[in-house]
Amino acid sequence: MDLTGKLMTAKEAVEKFVHDGDQVSLGGFTLNRNPMSLVHEMIRQGRKDLYLVCHSHGQAMDLLVGAGCVSRMEIAYGGMGRFAPTCIRFRRAVQRGQLALEDYSNYQMSLRFLAGAMGLPMIATKTGLNTDIVGKEGFDPADRGQGKVPVQKLVVGDNPFAPSGDKVVLLPALNPDVALMHAQQVGTDGTVRIKGLSFADLEQARAADRVLVTCEQIVPREQIRQDPDQNSLPGFLVDAVVHAPLGAHPTACHYFYDYDPQHLKMYGQMAVDDDAFRRYLDQWIHGSRDFEDYLAKLDPAALERIKADPVLGYAPGLDRR
Amino acid sequence: MKNYTDKEMMALCAGRLVPDGAVLFAGTGLSMLAATVAKRIHAPESVVFFETGGIDPALDELPLAVADPRVMSGSAMNAGLIEAFSILGHRRLSTIAFLGAAQIDPYGNLNSTALGDYRHPKVRFPGSGGACDAASLAWGVIIFMQHEKKRFVTQVDYLTSPGWLDGGDSRQKAGFRRGGPMAVVTNLGILKFHPETKRMYLAEVYPGVSVEEVQEKTGFELDVSQAVATPAPGEQELAILREEVDPQRLILGPAA
Repeated sequence: MDLTGKLMTAKEAVEKFVHDGDQVSLGGFTLNRNPMSLVHEMIRQGRKDLYLVCHSHGQAMDLLVGAGCVSRMEIAYGGMGRFAPTCIRFRRAVQRGQLALEDYSNYQMSLRFLAGAMGLPMIATKTGLNTDIVGKEGFDPADRGQGKVPVQKLVVGDNPFAPSGDKVVLLPALNPDVALMHAQQVGTDGTVRIKGLSFADLEQARAADRVLVTCEQIVPREQIRQDPDQNSLPGFLVDAVVHAPLGAHPTACHYFYDYDPQHLKMYGQMAVDDDAFRRYLDQWIHGSRDFEDYLAKLDPAALERIKADPVLGYAPGLDRR
Repeated sequence: MKNYTDKEMMALCAGRLVPDGAVLFAGTGLSMLAATVAKRIHAPESVVFFETGGIDPALDELPLAVADPRVMSGSAMNAGLIEAFSILGHRRLSTIAFLGAAQIDPYGNLNSTALGDYRHPKVRFPGSGGACDAASLAWGVIIFMQHEKKRFVTQVDYLTSPGWLDGGDSRQKAGFRRGGPMAVVTNLGILKFHPETKRMYLAEVYPGVSVEEVQEKTGFELDVSQAVATPAPGEQELAILREEVDPQRLILGPAA
């Protein structure tokens, strides 16, 4: 097995595998390992009516929502830590009623991906009983059962193995059309290696119909198979591999670079204003041929500052104010 | 004049509530600070883990989010969300979670989702993240709040994270096997929950704060009869907090 037919540019990967209306899962978590090169490309190609399924998401989600690519979303959290306690374009879109939105918790979303990966139609949990996550629905009842929208948000039922009245929450499984993720390494055999935390990327990939992986490095098959304990996914689950160094910028990629506080701060300042946000999209995304072109516009000194220490995995002493 | 800020006091008060050897679940902001404070000052044998899967990291630098690469460095192991939530609810572990919220009710139920009508919110917040899971599954929960009337309300607009629900044994009846809020740490004092009714009462007030001020800034009737004075922070506690835990004042904010 090799990368023949799978190795492509982000532009080709999005053209071929991401369609309007698709249910899409985003790998990474808030400000870490967001699949930014693919997300830029989706915005450039004007993808519409995407149905995002997320646990806790930040930069990639906020850009897709702000650029008008998303019409429906199931999510646990939209935030960027101190850089945006609530994602700015996400908040605005929800308050303006521009998104069909359904809230779950992080564990619930992770379990739903896990159930999808295991080929189960549903999964039971004890989290969320008697909350409004259980009690309130965001989607229009008329949309229930349409496409990938589950017939019910969730169901509270009795544990059939307990003597009486022990409640559980039953959650519908998720099987996204496409899973997007950014990894540190992919072997020439397609084997994927994620360093640092995997979040729910692997459950998402195993649950999805199509898997798109961007990576910092492509390494020889012999090298990635020298230490298989470190590997995350076999190549036969992957449909497209994109070599995208710094492909998670301005979010972090463990052992390669930290998040970029300057860029995130600038984004935060522009995102609060509709016109300024449009200028951000024009300048950094529509005005860039591809992700490399975007990277070339960044301050090289800033990229140098976020370079990760090879042992710590982040940039120690980075000014994060 | 006091020589410390509200945030410093809150972080230290929360740290003091942590028994040594606890397994701490930390979120962003003050809760990150409190977990680090507990580990560095009050409960050195405790371990901190994050919902993202970072288990017992070195925390040489303060993480700004639970997915910060600083939660992956020098850790016992780097896992994912499924593993982290299995630890959170593990029956053998006395896990303690730190949570913040936009609104809290007299039974410690929290809202971090939206103000106003859920489907047409006046203000949208980030949402549960792992907060609902922590409130559902952890052995205990310590809550941070800004003490304002609009935040301490009779009924939260959206119940994101379960506290003692309707009080009494309602949490148990709902199907939860353990957990519930232990204390609420605010910028005015510390509130706890009555052992039977599970209703919030005032347990401590900070130096310079009056019981009347606390009641005035709480949107529901508070039992203040048991309130005692909180000791001011010690010099050494403050020094470690300022010099080692958050030297850039990323979460502490401006100095006193």
